[in-house]
Order: sequence, then structure tokens, then C-alpha cells
Amino acid sequence: MNDRIEAALSELRNQIDARVSSYFSSCVHCGLCAEACHFHVETGDPRYTPIYKLEPMRKLWRQEHTLSGRLGKMLGRSSGPDERDFADWEELVYDSCNLCGRCSMVCPVGIDITYMLRKQREAFYLSGYTPDGMQKALQRTLDIGSPMGVTLKTLKATLAHVEKASGLTIPIDCEGAEYMALFSSMEVVNFPEYIGSVTRIFDAAGLSWTISSEAFEATNAGIQIGSRDGAREIVSRAVNAAEQLGVKYLISPECGHAYTAIRWEGPNLIGRPYKFKVIHILELLEQLQREGRLKLNGKSDTPMTLHDPCQIVRRGGVVDPPRNLLHQVASGFVETTDHGSMNFCCGGGGGVSANERAEELRLRVFGRKKKQFEESGVNTVVTACANCRIVLEEGLEHYEMDTEVIGLTELVAEYLEQGID
Amino acid sequence: MIGNFIDGPLWYFSLGVFLLGVAWRLIAIVRIGVAVDFSEPRNGGSGGALRTLFSRSLPRRPVITRGKVQLVAGYMFHLGLFALLFLAQPHVEFISERITGFGWVTLPHWGFILVSEVAFAGLLLLLLYRLMNPVTRLISDTGDYTASLLVFLVMLSGCLALAQAYEGLRLLHLLLAELLLIYFPFSTLMHAFTFAISRGYTGASMARKGVNA
Repeated sequence: MNDRIEAALSELRNQIDARVSSYFSSCVHCGLCAEACHFHVETGDPRYTPIYKLEPMRKLWRQEHTLSGRLGKMLGRSSGPDERDFADWEELVYDSCNLCGRCSMVCPVGIDITYMLRKQREAFYLSGYTPDGMQKALQRTLDIGSPMGVTLKTLKATLAHVEKASGLTIPIDCEGAEYMALFSSMEVVNFPEYIGSVTRIFDAAGLSWTISSEAFEATNAGIQIGSRDGAREIVSRAVNAAEQLGVKYLISPECGHAYTAIRWEGPNLIGRPYKFKVIHILELLEQLQREGRLKLNGKSDTPMTLHDPCQIVRRGGVVDPPRNLLHQVASGFVETTDHGSMNFCCGGGGGVSANERAEELRLRVFGRKKKQFEESGVNTVVTACANCRIVLEEGLEHYEMDTEVIGLTELVAEYLEQGID
Repeated sequence: MIGNFIDGPLWYFSLGVFLLGVAWRLIAIVRIGVAVDFSEPRNGGSGGALRTLFSRSLPRRPVITRGKVQLVAGYMFHLGLFALLFLAQPHVEFISERITGFGWVTLPHWGFILVSEVAFAGLLLLLLYRLMNPVTRLISDTGDYTASLLVFLVMLSGCLALAQAYEGLRLLHLLLAELLLIYFPFSTLMHAFTFAISRGYTGASMARKGVNA
């Protein structure tokens, strides 16, 4: 066995905590998790059953945490996972799992399968069996500062356009500001209108805010691929910048996994609580609206539905703010059949959108979103994640659907009352 | 001679293995521990743990249609077995005599027969589903089939011993139940206890985030 696989097995061993052990002890292989997973639902392939994607970890747990496994090992009749398992399961672990957590919501014995899949990816990363696209995204983030190669110069160019269009100044490196905003590369490159919208909203609300030139990227390719060191490095950049500027709040952008990374995983990656609070942009907008600082005027009467980004809603707990905000600016808002914490993923989460070889499967699985949107009977979809948005747009294009995707923050900014104090 | 052994020493031995085995398994799980979570919680975890402990007994709407066989068969088996174990007159008398020293209200004979049939049908449906469905066939292992077979044999022998006409059948039923008790802590049957830990962990961690799991 080579060093990589030994390191991976050692990591897998370390990842088995009381939660994992209780989960494997409780699983009766009922198969209900498969009925919640869009990869299984759309393809019918039993290999896409969520708990089956954990077979390498389960093999190790069985060998080291059960009597039959230990006896089998002593008698040479039971084998733990080996390199073959990492090779065979790579596709199941990365291509056919969005870490969306829908399976975790339906397990009758309460197994959080996503929690374990996230942990298993840490061992896969060390084994070297990871998708090329995700490896490159991580490397670019560590080397350049962004998975899409966005540099400070790129950001500044985008900010200049926003400033010109809005006539406002975007504060950079302002010590003592109350809030520090992060963005995702996707927003900088593909949806700069998000940056324009928050600039206008924050100005109208009189928010004391800043951007840091040291850390503006919110996404975390380290978490997606399972590189703990990489994830820690990326989170540390934002944490250090926020603490140096002395802000009270760090604003996570719409991007779903960025929120999970900075809000829920970040403190555990650096091993301590932050000296500031993390707030998602939708939570902040709702709070500003509640406080009367965000004044809105008018509503769209276009029928529209909401696509809930998994990491913001199901895995992040920001369930009501997008709905409350949408009701403020849209009179024709309708929910899809499965929504909120039971919504279906767009198919691009968990790094799948950065994994080129998974594209065909991702588009096939998008069939579930297509059905959801068709059933809703509307042609406008609102979402609150740049990655979801681009994946939705690609899927809609693939299925030749005449459906528009818009960002929630932009929609809110559209109905911003002019001339606020 | 064998009857005395099954009725006496083997019963106490199997009960001991069951109790110590279950305790050992539960302690072994909990003592591994979980890392401290430094993220600032939105809510406390204990309320969520308690809520999920009960809420996961009811299925979520999206899987009701797609998983109806597992759900219906699962309810039939588990509810039937619970009623059979703790409300059937012969079992209550046995538990009262051997363990608690007191009894409680039991099902009438027709109720006993009814829950037996419901539990039996549920178990057979689950077993058939496990064998025929591509997903469960792929993910099931020897332990799942061994546990199902043992439970099936215990229930079958229980039905045969129902009339209480033949001592041999009662002893066969007791022997199989004792084997089940010995096998229990080292098998997937442990889910009867560990489900509470699993639901608790998930409910607590999701409640911290503000999600009703």
C-alpha cells in the first residue's frame, strides 16, 4: 500500500467520530435515502443511493468498530477499504453528490449522510482520487486567491464599472467599518450586478461597510474537495482581514457553499470562535428591512418562483428571509412542490459544477429541476446563489426552456425606494 | 434436560449478553466523542435533538409516495412487533415472572393474533422488498439477512407455540429468542437503541443552524 492510501486510511479512521459510529450502527439499509437523491431519482441507478456512496468509510468502520469486523480481521476474512475502493468510489463521491443534504432529511433513523460524505472527502483528497477540475479550482484559490482566477485587479476593474454606473464609491480597507463584504468569483465575473445592487442598498440604508483588498473571495474550494489545510488557509484569509479591519460583521454573499464555509465550518477549521459575527446577505437585507433602513417601493407582478440554494437553506438555516424578501417585491410568488428545506439541488453544488467530467450527469439530473419549474407554471426563477444561477441557466439552456433566472438581491435593489434619508 | 437448560441457564446467559452487549456498544459509540463546534449557534441543540427524536418517526412528504412500500411495511412490522413483545399475554407473563415481578394490561386473544399477523406481514414485505428492489439488494449485507431471518424464525416459532399445547414448541420459541438476544448487540438490530443517538446528533446539529431536521 502506498503512502497516499495509508494517509487516506488514517484520515478516514480519524473522521469516524461518535456521530459517524452511531449513524453506521443505526443504518438498516432501508434505501429511503435513494428516494430523496436527485441523482437516483432521475437516473434510477442504485449506485447513486446516498448511503452506498459511503461504502469505503463503512468498510473501515465495520472492520474497526464492530465485533464481527474485528474477528474477521483477526482471522484474515475481513478486509477494510483499499486503493481499489478509492478508485471505484471517486465518481460516486464527487460526481454524483452535491452535498445538498436532502437525503439527511428523510432518513428514518436520523442519519446525516451529508455530514459523513463531507468527512469522507477529506480521505479521498489525501488518496489523490479527486476530480481534476476541483483540484485546479483549489490550486487557483491558493495561488491566486480565487477558483476562477479573479485577482484584486479584476475585482477593482469590476468595482470601477459599478461605481461609474451607480455614482457611488465602494469603500475598500476602511478600518472601523461595521460590516465587511465578501463576494464570490462568480459574482465578480458573471454577475457584477450583484455587487452593484449591494452597493446601492448599503448606501441607501446608510450601512458602514467595506471590502478588504486582502480577502474578498468567499468561496472555498478546499471544503468542496475535502482539503482541510486548503480550506483552513482560505477561511483564514477572510478571518484575518475581518479581524484586522476590526469589523463587527462579515457579510457572506449569496453564494451557498461560501456561507457554509465561512459561517458554519470556518470557526472549526481555524479552531476558535471568530471575533466578529457572520451574517448572510439575505439575513442582513431582511434585518435592514425590518429596522426600516431598507425601504422598498412597488412590486413585480411577474409570476415567479424561488430556487432554494441548499447550503443557504437546508444546510444553512436561512429559510425564511428569502421568502419574506420575495413577498416584499413580488406579488406573483409561488412555491415549487418541494421547497424550502426539501428543495432539490440545482445539481452543481458540492463542487460538481467545477467538475467537467460530471457535466453530462449534472445536466441529466437537472431534469428534476425542469419538472419542478414546469409544475410551478411560471417562467421566472429567483435564486440567491451565483453558482446555482449559472447552473440553472445552463440547465434551462440545455432543455431549451424559456425561463429567466434572476438574483434575489438584484430584485430587491430594483424596488429600492429612491431618495431615502 | 435440554428444556431445563433453555428455560434456565441459557435464558440468563442470553439476557446477560444482551444487556452487557448493548451497554458496551452504546458506551463504545459515545466515548469516541465529537469535536467541539466553535461556530456560533443560531439556536440551542437540545430542543432540536428532542424534536428530531420524535419527528423522524413520521415520514416527510417527498418520500411518502416514492417509499410507500418501505414505509407501510416498516410501520406494520415495528408497531406490530412492539405490541406483540409488550402487550401479548404470554410475553407479559414471562417478563413479569422472570424480570419485573409485575405485569400490565394485555391484548385480548384476537388482538394478539391481529398484531402477530400485521408484524409478520410487515416483516415478509420488508424482506421481499430487500430482495427485489435494486437499491436495497445492492446495499444489504449478510447481517441484514441474518437479522431478518432470526426475527422471522422467532416470530414463526412464536405463532406455532401460540396454542401452548406443546411444550417443545414453547422451548423452541424461547431458544430462538435467546439466540436473537445473543446476536442482537453485534448486529444491525442495535438500531433499536442507536436510532435515538443518531436522531439526537442530527437534530441537535441542524437546530444549531436553525433547521428543523
